[in-house]
Formats: sequence, structure tokens, C-alpha cells
Amino acid sequence: MRGWLRHHLAALARAAGQLLRHPLGSLLTALVIGIALALPAGGLLLLDNASRVVGDVGERPEISLFMAMPPDAAASAEIERRLGESDDVASFEYVPRERALAQLADAGLADVIDDLPDNPLPDAFVVTPADLAPDAFDAIAARFGEWPGVAHVQLDSAWVERIHALIELGRQTFWLLASLLASALVVVTFNTIRLQLMTQRAEIAVSRLLGATDQFIRRPFLWTGILQGLAGGLVAWLLLAAMVTALREPVAKLASSYGAVFALHQPSAAQIALLLLLAAGLGLTGAALSVDRHLRTTA
Amino acid sequence: MIAFDQVSLRYPGGAGGVHDVSFTLARGELAVLSGHSGAGKSSLLKLIAAIERPTAGRVSVGGQDVGKLPRQAVPYLRRNIGLVLQEIRLLLDRNVFDNVMLPLQITGHPPADASKRVHVALERVGLAGRGRDMPLSLSGGEQQRAAIARAVVNRPSILLADEPTAHLDAAYASDIAALFRSFHSAGVTVIVATHDSSLFDDAAPRRLVMDHGQLREAG
Repeated sequence: MRGWLRHHLAALARAAGQLLRHPLGSLLTALVIGIALALPAGGLLLLDNASRVVGDVGERPEISLFMAMPPDAAASAEIERRLGESDDVASFEYVPRERALAQLADAGLADVIDDLPDNPLPDAFVVTPADLAPDAFDAIAARFGEWPGVAHVQLDSAWVERIHALIELGRQTFWLLASLLASALVVVTFNTIRLQLMTQRAEIAVSRLLGATDQFIRRPFLWTGILQGLAGGLVAWLLLAAMVTALREPVAKLASSYGAVFALHQPSAAQIALLLLLAAGLGLTGAALSVDRHLRTTA
Repeated sequence: MIAFDQVSLRYPGGAGGVHDVSFTLARGELAVLSGHSGAGKSSLLKLIAAIERPTAGRVSVGGQDVGKLPRQAVPYLRRNIGLVLQEIRLLLDRNVFDNVMLPLQITGHPPADASKRVHVALERVGLAGRGRDMPLSLSGGEQQRAAIARAVVNRPSILLADEPTAHLDAAYASDIAALFRSFHSAGVTVIVATHDSSLFDDAAPRRLVMDHGQLREAG
């Protein structure tokens, strides 16, 4: 165990030394990897923030229940009781037909209403469901439609479905982009390690003749891949932090114009850890593919 | 210790190699391998170190059939063999100390013990105090000494050398030959391929003479 650790520490030191001996090349590689990682990571962060926006916006989706005509106070009271007892209802408001008519008059239709012989509007309830997912939304509306005295149920879910569809589209686009850029990152690391293998060909050949195993030869290159990935991950993190800082104020202004209070959040500690782990893993993969190919072809 | 039984090695294209070579070498023997250029001396040494595999026959080192060793086992065979081959040069981007340290890093020696061993090896070959020098600052003879120090630092039981005195003047060549004789005296099995076998006359070595891939003399 101690020997294994010593081998890895020595390989890590050699890999770090190798990167530090070529600071410009190492920095450029880290920048390429960092930018490639920052794009999908930025997408993830924006999706995460967009999900919060949907939850935070004041205008929540609603379901309107219109009672049957002629008006029946007992039926309306029963619906009010049922809504009050429903766990899947976040809140509701009873809108008596008189208030609805007054609201229409306030909306500039007073002349039209004055000409009407009677109030044609039914009593109504405006319900905000607890679960805003489109499927749950539809199920609740269908249940309301079966209640006695309810003549019509109107869904106000179209925009919710659109936002969910947009987020889902964004998520799928992010994963596609992430897969493509992860492949690019593996290729970048593969090529960097390939060049290092070429420059250290003599050392590898000598080491083999002196009794080095493939594992001994492989280790420093694997650590180089991991360190390059980590450096790229750090660059990506810095880019994300800069992006959030730069966009925070414009986004807050945009949100306030819609009557919402919203601030872009920096990536969490868990998200940063995931980003670095992923970057190190991709660097390791590229390095492993490169060094294994070299060892196979020069065996 | 080392046994060749009707061993042949054919390179692609049919050039060089060895043909139907048989001999045995006991533990602690000193053998001088001579012959013209292209006679098969280097091929014979490479067969012992599993750098080449025989196309026929059996090469045995320490009871192991080298030709049948799985690839993963070859490094462990080589750790018991000190190699001073023409193509194993010092690494030019490392100083002498680090060059000699390499076999001990490969075997995972604790750093303190490895450092002591390197100092002892450098002292043994007359390069004490030159550890920090870079290879290119050494003379040809000193570079060869450093290569020998690297070959013996792991205390191998077999030492193989391919033309270790080539390109050296007479005084340097004599010093290098003396080094190999001293390792032989310490119980190491030594095979030296050389054009000048007279350098080892003092030690009354076993003489192996190669001629066009065949062993003509094994006395």
C-alpha cells in the first residue's frame, strides 16, 4: 500500500513538474478545456436559475371554475367547502357574479353592461393548484369538472406547459452540447498526452528496458490528464463566476420589470465539485486512451 | 543460470539474428562474447533480456523460459538483469544522480534507501560527487560509467553489456573492463559483448565466439 502510494505521489510530482515546465502550453490547454466546459456548465446553471424563475414569478398558473346558471348559493358554498378541504389546492378565491360584473364594468365595458337586462355572469372560483406540473394540472382540472354545480372548467396552463417545454428543450440541448464538448475535451487531452508521449519516447523505451511495467509508464501521463482536466475545470468555474457576476444586474432588472424579485445564483459548492470531478474524469479518460494506444503500438 | 537450447532468432527480412545456438552459463560466470559486426552478439544479449523472443529453441534465465514469459512478467525479469546496451543511453534531461535513480524508482524503493544506493553505485564506478552533473557535461568514458552505475544500482544477479568499451580510448576501456571484472568478483553473472576480448584476459573468462549468427566457440 505504501509502495503504491509512493509510486502515485512520485507520478503526481512528475506530472505537475511537466506541466509547470511548459507554463504557456499548459495554460492554453487549460483555457481550451475550460471554455469547452464552461459552455454546457453555463447552460446547466441557467437552467437551474430558470427553474427558480418559474417558481418565483408572482403570476402563478390558475384554474377557473364557472358555476352553472341560474346561480345556486348552496352549490357555490359546497364547492368552496370542497376546495378548502383539497390538499392539492394551494389557494383559491371565490368571485361572486356581482363582483365579476363590476370588474367588467371597470374594464371599460360599462356601456355594454348597462344595456343588459340581467347579469349574465355565473359565480366563479379561481384556484391555484399546489402542483404546477402540466400533468398534475390537467388531473386536478378534470376532477373539478366532475363536481356538482360546476358548469365549466378553464385551464390557464398553456404558458406553464410552454415554459416546461422550453426548460426540457434547454435541458436536452445542454446534454447534447455537453456530450459533444466532453468528447472534444477527451480529444484535446488525448492529443496533448500523445505529444508528450512522443517527446518522452526515449525515456519510455529506457524505462521499459530497466524493468518498468506499463502501469509505471502510464501513471505520470494519467496524472497529467487529471491535472489538465482540473485546471480546465478551474478555468470553467472562473468563467461561470464572471458570467453570473456580469449578468446578475441585467437579469434582476428584467425580473423586476415583470414584477418579480430574482437574482442569478453562483454555482453551489456541490455543482463546483461536480464540475471539477467531471473535468478530471474526462482528462483521465483522454490520457488513458492516449497512453494505452501508445503502449499497445510500441510493445 | 542462463541456458540456450538450439535457439534461433530470425528478424523480418532474414537479416542478422542467431541460428541454432546452444550453451549454458553458470551463476557467477564471466563470459566474453566476441565476433564481427552483425555476427549476432547483440541479438544474443537481447534474447536473454527478453527484448527479442526466439523464433525457435528455448532461452532459460534462472529457470524461466524467457520465450514463453507473458508480456506483463517481462519487466520483473529485467529488474534482475543489469543492461548496458548500446541503445540504452542516459536521459539527457536528468542529471547523473536521477539517471542512476531511475531503476530504483521503477522498483519503488523508499527514497532514503534509494539515495544511499545511488551514492554507493556512483562511488563504485568512480563518479562520486558527479551526481548533479548533466550527462552531456561528462566525457564518453564517464557517461559509460554512469550507465554501468544505473545497470548495477538494483543489485542485479546478471549484468549484460554490449560493446561497453566502444569509442573509448585504451585507458578508459581498461577502466571499464576492470569494473566488469569487479562485479564478476562480487558474484554477478556477467556477459560482455566486445570486439576486444583481451581486456578481460586477467579474469580467465568463458569465451563465446559468434560468427554469422552461429556460436563457433563456447570454451
